Amino acid sequence: MKKSAFLGALTVASIAASAAVAQDASTLDQVKERGKLNCGVATGVPGFAAPDANGRWEGFDVSVCRAVAAAVLGDSDAVEFIPTTGKTRFTALASGEIDMLARNTTWTFSRDVDLKFEFVGVNYYDGQGFMVPKEMGVTSAKELDGATVCIQTGTTTELNLADFFRANDMSYEPVPIETNAEAQQQYLAGACDVYTTDASGLAATRSTFEDPSSSVILPEIISKEPLGPLVRHGDNNWGDVVRWTLNALISSEELDITSTNVGEMSAAAGDNPEINRLLGTEGNLGEMLGLDAEWAKRAIMANGNYGEIFAKTIGEATPIGLARGLNAQWTDGGLLYSPPFR
Amino acid sequence: MYHMTSMTDPHQGQFRLSMLLYDSRYRSMTIQIIALIGFLILVFWLLSNTAQNLADLGKQPSFGFMSEPAGYDINQRLLEYTSQDTHLRASLMGLLNTLLVAAMGCIAATFIGVFVGILRLSPNWIVSRLAAVYVELFRNVPVLLWIVFTMAILIETLPAPSAFRKGEAAMSLWDTVAVTNRGIYIPEPLFSNSLGNIHLFGQSSLRFDISLDLLAIAFVFLGGLFISRIIKRRADVTQEATGERPTTWYWRLGVVVVPTTIVLTLLGLHLGYPELKGFNFKGGTHMRNSLIALWLALSIYTGAFIAEIVRAGILAVSKGQSEAAGALGLRSNRIMSLVILPQALRVIIPPLISNYLNLTKNSSLAIAVGYMDITGTLGGITMNQTGRELETVLMLMAVYLVISLTISGVMNWYNESVKLKER
Repeated sequence: MKKSAFLGALTVASIAASAAVAQDASTLDQVKERGKLNCGVATGVPGFAAPDANGRWEGFDVSVCRAVAAAVLGDSDAVEFIPTTGKTRFTALASGEIDMLARNTTWTFSRDVDLKFEFVGVNYYDGQGFMVPKEMGVTSAKELDGATVCIQTGTTTELNLADFFRANDMSYEPVPIETNAEAQQQYLAGACDVYTTDASGLAATRSTFEDPSSSVILPEIISKEPLGPLVRHGDNNWGDVVRWTLNALISSEELDITSTNVGEMSAAAGDNPEINRLLGTEGNLGEMLGLDAEWAKRAIMANGNYGEIFAKTIGEATPIGLARGLNAQWTDGGLLYSPPFR
Repeated sequence: MYHMTSMTDPHQGQFRLSMLLYDSRYRSMTIQIIALIGFLILVFWLLSNTAQNLADLGKQPSFGFMSEPAGYDINQRLLEYTSQDTHLRASLMGLLNTLLVAAMGCIAATFIGVFVGILRLSPNWIVSRLAAVYVELFRNVPVLLWIVFTMAILIETLPAPSAFRKGEAAMSLWDTVAVTNRGIYIPEPLFSNSLGNIHLFGQSSLRFDISLDLLAIAFVFLGGLFISRIIKRRADVTQEATGERPTTWYWRLGVVVVPTTIVLTLLGLHLGYPELKGFNFKGGTHMRNSLIALWLALSIYTGAFIAEIVRAGILAVSKGQSEAAGALGLRSNRIMSLVILPQALRVIIPPLISNYLNLTKNSSLAIAVGYMDITGTLGGITMNQTGRELETVLMLMAVYLVISLTISGVMNWYNESVKLKER
């Protein structure tokens, strides 16, 4: 498509023209000076990143952007949301068009090492799954021999899919698609039998169907998809800001700091030294990051702690209806484990 | 030449530096040299800046990734390909898909364009108005919208394979063709006594097979055509000498049809029909709806432009020509094919070339419908999985440049052969 060649050319041009600027000033200084955080998100995945009826971006990934903006700029609305597709996201980040990418992006070796990005952590442990219409009577992904499969092009799912069908000696017909919305259209029209992406994305897409019960998500999870925010390689200070903002959201859930009690808890130093350090009533962690003492407090106040964000955007009470599962705190048998604030 | 002679003129006065600016003989040269230096500095600055910034990012330009396994599958592949093949081979598959849709598009657009262009000049008011509506409608809406629109129609209106299973839809043309919203399945020719294939380039990324069956058929068919020409020439000679033309049509038909039929029978030609098996139709040739949508939209869109070119070309032929032909007693369709079109072609060909080029370049919109052309493979998945934006975009530009220059070259050669011969 023209767009990709255009974006590629744009990268060349913008790498040529703007990266010189990027080196002079650190990303943190640039964001402060601009007064706005440029955050790359998905083009529209319900629950993760989608504009609501009033055009305000909402969702699980969006909340990370808002928390960072609140920590750095003191305003969770000081974010320019830049929708990116699976194909355009890395170009946008590498060229400096966006400061960070929070777009259910899988942390892989080659993206970290070869594409020169820095994943700051994992905000959702996911895996690739398959969704099929219920009437087809398929109960396992091993029964999908010969099926037509819709995939979002430019994602890890594309490679996992090739590996899965090859390993199981099955054939399939891939239908590459640019966005989630197009995939949904083709899937609902029966132009493909199967839609595959991260299981969370499948649940999110299914929630928007007229009749969500008409589709089933197959039990097989064929890959590990640790999703998390990422920044450009090389600006470690900015990477630290995003990393520890995410850790602050995770730690605050563990420490029972919520959006409702954070004001009270940060008013004066309490008995728990880690809470004190996190909320800036003790020590100078904020200063070390190049921020003020109340950075974490503002990040938590923006949307609440990790658990609150999860419950509000994709949790079991929402139409998406995802259980915490692997994404519970380590104290509850999940994988979420923030390094200590010390 | 004038400057050269005046510069070597021995009667010139002493050369002074200010003459570079104030002497009209040197001024244009001076300005051109300064502009050239400025341009070179700009190019150098862009290149060195890009190289510097890429080095700072730790991404040295390199094309080594092209020989690494691609890891992704491609649905429409004209040669054998698996996800274990290299990025280079994946790009080759994309290139072939680009060439396929471009060739199909150019042919269809030419037919549509010539047909509609002639209809627009029809004395029949309704016919010429309809042709005008077609031209204006398609010429004035962006081709991307036509592509997406055509795809949406194919997906939404045609039955899914599951409808065939439930008996809600049936195959067409005596159960030989299946029209579904995943594409059209048509019967494919199969050979039961196949001669096999020639494998070229061993195991490399550029390997391909040549079917000996096709080679044999093409050889016999072309041989037949050649003999048929000889018979025609003999008949011409006889006619010139005696004034009587021997009846040769059955001979001429026979030397083409009979040997070809014999070869096809020996090879055991039969048709493989599509059949509903599991999730999809199996067997037969699958024309994916991404190909159909892209092909239709590109050819109907470009056909509108070609129609205007054809109309202009016909109108450029003087009215006296058709009147003279009419006075000789030729009927209007003969006037068109014998007098008008051959002369109009000279006007038509040059703008036709640029429309072929446009169609080929517009085929890079393929990813809008998920057609895996070279922009989708090399410029899409490969670029995304390897993160080599600069290299892939450069290669992509080189590929389109080569394709376009080739089309131009061939068409210019054709133009030479039809243009007015001045003796």
